[in-house]
Amino acid sequence: MNALLATVRRDILLALRRKSEVLTAVFFFVIVTSLFPLGIGPEPLLLKKIAPGILWVAALLATLLGLPRLFAADHVDGTLEQMALSPSPLGLLVAGKILAHWLLCGLPLVLLAPVLGLQFDLDASALGILTLALLLGTPLLSLIGAIGAALTLGVRGGGVLLALLVLPLYIPALIFGAGAVEAHIAGLDVGGHLSLLAAMLVLAAFFAPWATTAALRVALE
Amino acid sequence: MLKVSGLACSRGERRLFADVGFTLGTGEWLHVQGANGAGKTSLMRLLVGLSPADAGDIRWRGEPTPSVEFRRDLIYLGHHAAVKEDLTPLENLRLSAALDGIGLDERAALAALIRLGLRGREDLPVRVLSAGQKRRVLLARLLTRPAALWVLDEAFNALDVGAVKLLGELIAEHLAAGGMAVLTSHQPLPVPGGKALVL
Repeated sequence: MNALLATVRRDILLALRRKSEVLTAVFFFVIVTSLFPLGIGPEPLLLKKIAPGILWVAALLATLLGLPRLFAADHVDGTLEQMALSPSPLGLLVAGKILAHWLLCGLPLVLLAPVLGLQFDLDASALGILTLALLLGTPLLSLIGAIGAALTLGVRGGGVLLALLVLPLYIPALIFGAGAVEAHIAGLDVGGHLSLLAAMLVLAAFFAPWATTAALRVALE
Repeated sequence: MLKVSGLACSRGERRLFADVGFTLGTGEWLHVQGANGAGKTSLMRLLVGLSPADAGDIRWRGEPTPSVEFRRDLIYLGHHAAVKEDLTPLENLRLSAALDGIGLDERAALAALIRLGLRGREDLPVRVLSAGQKRRVLLARLLTRPAALWVLDEAFNALDVGAVKLLGELIAEHLAAGGMAVLTSHQPLPVPGGKALVL
């Protein structure tokens, strides 16, 4: 467990030394979500209707932006090799890296979403549901993305391949995440949507580090 | 004890080596020699378990590798710098120890860096150090991480005369303390004794 926390600490320290990489994803999220209200104009009903979808799609793309770098730097400088040979289980170190990715990329999106949601005329309770859905959904995006990042590690033009590989797998999170907010706006119960998101998160938390580790071992051969 | 038998490796269609075998006991070291492309690095990677062998058997203290016990006893330093450019030498040492699940206090880390001639450089980002100094940061791990088996691939590259002598001394101390080492190098190594394996 200490090794996991050490990995989180290491990755956060590295990100703080190179802030631009973290800020890129966050600014991307802010700008893309702000472009829609500016482009569409003051039509509250339409904006309210498209808000959940746009905020979720922007969150998917912002997550995707940082994914190619998740393992690439460690792979190039050989620290990934040292992790694979460490007495600590590689799965634990990988889980730490995924957790750090979420803290640096997913969590800022969750915290910004309620502010950005205001541009779409969402009321307080809808913003609450949006934040809750993103809180459950963004770790899922990091976990699934890590598998893709590991599979495309060291591949030329891996970034595009990564998007093609990972975006289809994000569809369930998108449907239930955006669906929860839409259901709430329509006055329906959101328990089902959120439960399904949570169930997917538990499943991914269990399998994704394992699958990522297996893919990394292949990439290191 | 490290016992290797019948090891074979191919890259694509080409057979690099076959039926490689050796035994290392406490205090012994092996010098792997061979022309460029003979498969020295491939042998090292098979040995530590980074890539699978076509055939053969590697046993550490009688148990098949890779195992957690083997990894606990192993330090592998390859061609890569394996240090983070944005962190300082001190942070690099302490974080890699933490990743390995070993506590390393600042004093011990600092002592290792000073022994490797990095006094006054411990708080600079590794990015601004020279290639040889980066190598020294990596070599400091040999002092901070207790391990019975050192597998060093071209560890003498980029080092100046003083550092070559120092690394020779470190290896000799390690062997005298009952350790084992597998080294590759094109130069004659400043370590007495040792078995030779020509690929």
